[in-house]
Amino acid sequence: MTRTPMTRTIEPHPALPVHHGDPFGHEVLEDPAAFHGELREAGPVVHLARYDVYAMARYAEVHAALRDWQSFESGAGVGLSNFRTEPPWRPPSLLLESDPPRHDAPRRVLSGLLAPRALRRLREQWRSAAADLVDDLLARGPEFDAVPALAEAFPLRVFPDAVGIPDEGRENLLPYGEFLFNAFGPHNDLVAAGAPRAGDLAAWVNAQCRREVLAEGGFGAQIWAAADRGEITPDQAPLVVRSLLSAGVDTTVHGLGAVLHAVATFPEQWRRLREQPHLARVAFDEAVRWASPVQTFFRTATTDVRVGDAVVPAGKKILMFLASANRDPGRWDDPAAFDLSRDPSGHVGFGFGIHQCVGQHVARLEAESLLTALAERVASIEVAGPVVRHHNNTMRALGSLPLRVRPA
Amino acid sequence: MSAVQEDVVTLRVAAKEVASDGVVVLTLRHPDGARLPDWAPGAHVDLILPTGAVRQYSLCGDRFDAFRYRVGVLREPDGRGGSAYVHDVLAVGDTVGVGGPRNHFPLVPSERYLFVAGGIGITPLLPMVRQADALDADWTLVYGGRTRASMAFLDELAAHGDRVHLVPEDECGRIDLPRWLADPQPDVAVYCCGPGPLLDAVERACAHWRPHALRTERFVAKEQGAPVRDEPFEVELARTGRSVTVTPGRTVLEAVRSVGVDVLSSCRQGTCGTCETDVLEGLPDHRDSILDDADRAANDCMFVCVSRSRTDRLVLDL
Repeated sequence: MTRTPMTRTIEPHPALPVHHGDPFGHEVLEDPAAFHGELREAGPVVHLARYDVYAMARYAEVHAALRDWQSFESGAGVGLSNFRTEPPWRPPSLLLESDPPRHDAPRRVLSGLLAPRALRRLREQWRSAAADLVDDLLARGPEFDAVPALAEAFPLRVFPDAVGIPDEGRENLLPYGEFLFNAFGPHNDLVAAGAPRAGDLAAWVNAQCRREVLAEGGFGAQIWAAADRGEITPDQAPLVVRSLLSAGVDTTVHGLGAVLHAVATFPEQWRRLREQPHLARVAFDEAVRWASPVQTFFRTATTDVRVGDAVVPAGKKILMFLASANRDPGRWDDPAAFDLSRDPSGHVGFGFGIHQCVGQHVARLEAESLLTALAERVASIEVAGPVVRHHNNTMRALGSLPLRVRPA
Repeated sequence: MSAVQEDVVTLRVAAKEVASDGVVVLTLRHPDGARLPDWAPGAHVDLILPTGAVRQYSLCGDRFDAFRYRVGVLREPDGRGGSAYVHDVLAVGDTVGVGGPRNHFPLVPSERYLFVAGGIGITPLLPMVRQADALDADWTLVYGGRTRASMAFLDELAAHGDRVHLVPEDECGRIDLPRWLADPQPDVAVYCCGPGPLLDAVERACAHWRPHALRTERFVAKEQGAPVRDEPFEVELARTGRSVTVTPGRTVLEAVRSVGVDVLSSCRQGTCGTCETDVLEGLPDHRDSILDDADRAANDCMFVCVSRSRTDRLVLDL
């Protein structure tokens, strides 16, 4: 695919710039920076002619639109497919793909379970799991591929246990998430490649959401306990568990990949983190801003919505470029720099508003555990070979991140 | 006092209307026309009056309107002056501080609801009935008050026809609780808000219903028995690294503040939830009107304005 230069046309709205590029094409997925820059330059809202959808790529509009759930609904799906006109490939998520008032109760239950207070009991466990993982890895030598060795290994070691699913079949989690996040985009080659297995993966995930499968004390069992208290219905409970398994694995894997990539690319920031280990959390949020593991989500206009001089017509999909907002020079100084002296607060890498990532505290605790274990043991980190991107319609992912470390 | 200001916005009184004998309704807007924080039925806000008084009021407007909050304020003749100020002094164009919203009275999903309101207790239930209606749930509201003239929002409720049962005491006597609550309904969620005696009576009437069938919100604190301990106890502040002794005559909130740690608080009677604090070790003696039995049993949080300790030592996340 080649990017087509920006043109102004009288269709479909006189004030609206049009872009003919493909945000889900391989060229953009490999390196979206130039495409994002074109969209930000073009205006607050741009028509993406290829899919007849609208785009917001500047921080101010993305931030405002994410907050405005009344005008920009999620219930018609947060992918390209419009649930009002096309059947979804799986039953819609009660959290991600719903609006108030149906969104209230599932959100309330999960946000209680995943609040920092509730996660305290996991802190010591996850710290020692991270220490063991890093010790084992360093014992095998100073060079490794950080994607399988750390970014995938750590969440897969701690998160399924925390949810309480059985050991058997956990290898399905990553391919399920991979397909799910591809399915938010168009039916392109990435979706086609995953489609043959999608039914089996979804069936496996659904089977893990049943009450009798979930270990006592885990997040899954606590969701069922909330159903026993009437806070959600018994019909909703398995779908809320599914939200954990859908949104809680790949996103964290790519978030950890991003922070490891960042500290290897900006060695002075790693030194700083080692001197001030309490910066581990800042480092993770700054990496989420810098890389935006979740690049985009759609919303749907509930009515004709005026944005600046433009109008997004009712029923149209709007692609929110979280990644572009997180690197908008109108909001951030030197946005391409990973900088621990920056306050990354306000980034939209976890979304914003009522749909802001409900599991963000879990992700932060995982990242803090892993970074702390590394900072105690590793003096320096450098990229030791070609960094390979993994293309996904929604996520900014790494296929391979070869690192070389010098033990402390 | 910096912490106290953090979650407070200054809003302007955009409208003030008499809703019934003794009740005024305020519409609040941001002076810049900005969006207000989201809320769901059951949520309340703190009104911080120019006199410094802080009072909690349920939001009773339309949550889909992000630019207006609406609260109903009952004149409390025996009150501490907050409601009298709202009624007699506060005028359109004045500004007030607004904290929150917080929600300890959320609407759980159900196919059927029974709402029981007493007097100004109608305010949190008003957005609930609207929401139940929007969700096509089967619902009934039983709304009692002294007289028809004292009962607010009757115009709005009239649109719902026979789903609403009005019980003015001077015409019909008190709400016939056995009629509504004697037979437990497995699929009905019961919501009640109103004066303490009504809440106590509804709690008794629902005692034989399934657990969690009834959800209540109190505007005034529930009667509490004596504290579990009458000796002093130690409170350790984990993040600050300080300790303080709480004597029988002092609240945990006062003790914590005396060592320089600021905790946001508002009602000082265990009803609003502002001062919720995480408990890391020790067992609190819960004396609030917010937590349900399951929350109490978890012992992982407390409201430091009223709750105390069952153990010699409490470790708080402060």
